[in-house]
Amino acid sequence: MTPASIAINRFGYGHSASGPVPNDPKRWLLRQRDAFDPAPPVIAGRMDTRAKTGEMIELVRNLRQDTRALAAMEGAEAPAMAGPMGDAMTADNPRAAALAGLPPEYREKLIDARRVLVDDIAARVNLAVTSKTPLAERLVHFWANHFSVSVGKLGTQFEVGPHEFTAIRPHVFGRFGDMLKAAVLHPAMLIYLDQFQSIGPNAPFTQRRARRGGDAPQRPRGLNENLAREVLELHTLGVDGGYSQTDVTELARALTGWTVPGIGRAGRFAETQDSGAAFVALVHEPGARQVLGRSYSAGEARQALAILDDLAAHPATARHVATKFARHFAGDTPPPALVARLEADFLKTGGDLASLTATLIDAPEAWTAQPVKFRTPFEWLVATLRLTGVKELPTQRIVGALAQLGQAPWRAPSPAGYDDLAASWAGPDALIRRVEFAERVSRAVPADNVVALAEAAFPGALTEPTLTQLKRAESGSQALALLLVSPEMMRR
Amino acid sequence: MTTALDRRSLLAGSLVLGAGGLALPRIAFAQGAGSRNLLFVLLRGAADGMAMLAPVGDPGLEALRGAALADYDNAPRLGSFFAVHPALAEIGKAAAAGEALFVHAAATAYRERSHFDGQNLIETGGTAPYATKDGWLNRLAALVSAGAPAPLRALAIAQAVPLALQGAAPVSNYAPSALPNASEDLIARVSQLYAGDRELGALWSRALETQTMAADDGLRNLNDARAAGELTASLMRGEGGARIGMIELGGWDTHANQRGAFARSARQLDALLAAYKAGMGAGWADTMVVVATEFGRTARLNGTGGTDHGTAGAALVMGGSVKGGRVIADWPGLATSQLYEGRDLAPTIALESVLAGAVAEHLRLDPKLAMARLFPGRSGAPLSGLIRS
Repeated sequence: MTPASIAINRFGYGHSASGPVPNDPKRWLLRQRDAFDPAPPVIAGRMDTRAKTGEMIELVRNLRQDTRALAAMEGAEAPAMAGPMGDAMTADNPRAAALAGLPPEYREKLIDARRVLVDDIAARVNLAVTSKTPLAERLVHFWANHFSVSVGKLGTQFEVGPHEFTAIRPHVFGRFGDMLKAAVLHPAMLIYLDQFQSIGPNAPFTQRRARRGGDAPQRPRGLNENLAREVLELHTLGVDGGYSQTDVTELARALTGWTVPGIGRAGRFAETQDSGAAFVALVHEPGARQVLGRSYSAGEARQALAILDDLAAHPATARHVATKFARHFAGDTPPPALVARLEADFLKTGGDLASLTATLIDAPEAWTAQPVKFRTPFEWLVATLRLTGVKELPTQRIVGALAQLGQAPWRAPSPAGYDDLAASWAGPDALIRRVEFAERVSRAVPADNVVALAEAAFPGALTEPTLTQLKRAESGSQALALLLVSPEMMRR
Repeated sequence: MTTALDRRSLLAGSLVLGAGGLALPRIAFAQGAGSRNLLFVLLRGAADGMAMLAPVGDPGLEALRGAALADYDNAPRLGSFFAVHPALAEIGKAAAAGEALFVHAAATAYRERSHFDGQNLIETGGTAPYATKDGWLNRLAALVSAGAPAPLRALAIAQAVPLALQGAAPVSNYAPSALPNASEDLIARVSQLYAGDRELGALWSRALETQTMAADDGLRNLNDARAAGELTASLMRGEGGARIGMIELGGWDTHANQRGAFARSARQLDALLAAYKAGMGAGWADTMVVVATEFGRTARLNGTGGTDHGTAGAALVMGGSVKGGRVIADWPGLATSQLYEGRDLAPTIALESVLAGAVAEHLRLDPKLAMARLFPGRSGAPLSGLIRS
């Protein structure tokens, strides 16, 4: 690959017919920081769906007695089969059947939730397809995957889009600590990792309930450690970051009280937070905390914020983040020297992500001529739409295509997000699907001078065998299909 | 207190006795080792072994699980001690027919509580997360293929090859797609396009093989567990079928409101295996299914009616020649002092020994060699006596 081809493909989302070929690749990448729009109109104009989240959760709670309706409702959204790339996004029969069995009021709510989700997915894709700052879009999607949230739990459909748009996107050139607090304490994450219903065992709410003789057995409430564990393991220190089960429990206690607005009996005591979450002091576990040997005095909502600040600045976090960042851009087995430089930069700047990105762009290890990554299905679809000039596909078709290719946004099978390794994506089935999709797209768009398009897409980097096959194709559209599945297009 | 060995023999013995009368006489093997099938089912998300196979005979269970125990009132029993979750009805029937056995209180060498590390270990077969790059099923494919005229066919029924099947031995994967098939001319040209690319060329030729077998499955995805089971059988039966298969099921990470969530996932597993068994037809006699998960869950229900990441869990071995109808367990007990770290079911059997023992006996491999190749660095011996001789 040439530097221009690397800038376009390894750092970006591939060539766009409306985009220039950068003659100073590094400068072109660095300037994207200033040109990037963190709140483009499609996001800014998005309807506020926050109130709907609380309504949905309350609805589900009211269904607790009606277990069959509840099962139908949850079955309508939760994927039954989930491998590393569960393909549950298609409007398939089990989902339709589950929907049909519901009372109209609930059915409408689910249909509304799905429409919001589909629109948000389309907004994400269209932003990337039309972007003049594709590196910035790649960064948004990288960090969104680092702080992965996934639909499945009812209510999350309204929140996963806003999570990326408001908790990730504004911070990709900002500070890691700010992104951490925004992403972890966003309603999407609080629902996804069960935090919203976690209650301190010694919180005033718990004490009061105990005096009254306890809650109904169907509504067990107490401490839930799920979010605390994933914050330490996935978002900050990493699994070998040196934390203990006690640290997990202490962080879980500090996080009690952070919940979603508009739910529960305690909800009317909620204080709204910057992240869009609510803090309910009544369910917060009182007292001081100890995490990683540091003491945190009692401080209600501020207690968790103080711990997250320290976790963001921890050396283990620097190493963890640097490794993932390097892996995403410089290869599945990232060069140790690059990891070390990124780690040092993160520590020196206190997690300045603009500086981290500039250090990456400046690193020779990120500019090796051999392709270093197999494109994920999402990357390949965006690159395909950019190259072919397909814009504003119907939203349902975008979602369908992503499901068929194997990587729907905000539906990673675990809180670790989607894998960032070739072995997880480069499978026989994935190739078949890309070929099928490529043929379909290539028949729907003009394909006049595919060889010239190929040369623009991979400036100075088109291989002889690919060129030969493109020239031999029986038609322009067949040549385009071949270009879309060429080795150059599959890797970056 | 009896010794560990005595307790194990006691449990196993009493249960075998109960099922012995149901075992049908076996037709002698007409085929060689080369025609045996193995399906590995990975339950991602840490399936709760104590919900799958509830130790209802343990006096400590009531205090830990409370109201959830009502689910087992009319559930099938395995001996007097264990009850199979009612959503696993078909598996329960297979156990009663002597074709399925459970192993309980089993865990891999992993003692932390991260899904991702836990899944990494149960898929790679390594002793430290991320230290081993290939998967144990891939190494198994290589081991069985050694000395054979052609490598056996190994297949993941999934949109991506799971880590357990990744490695040097050739594997394929397949999942039904809603996309229209590509034209034959384009397919031929893609073959030429990839001719000089080792990685893409190899992937492409395996894709075409499986594509031919699955020609008209009529499915659009894997969401329907019963259809997924039928599809898996159709890709594994007969001469050209894959000898080693793998499929994954999610939905087991039941941190909250576990009763409904677990039952939903369990019904999927039950439907999948019932359809697979039926689909294998006469081949079922030579088929083994092994079901495992990365680790178990906490013994006690948490504050939100769910369970958190734990340690030991249950595994299932099912098949036409499995010596089933029993539970293999060295039951550790459920008193707080008996729980691992005061919270999890304590592991008393190495899951690696179960996996290695099961596949070695089924595929007629030297058990010691299988253990050393698939799960290197373990001191435990592979489990034996899982199939009828």
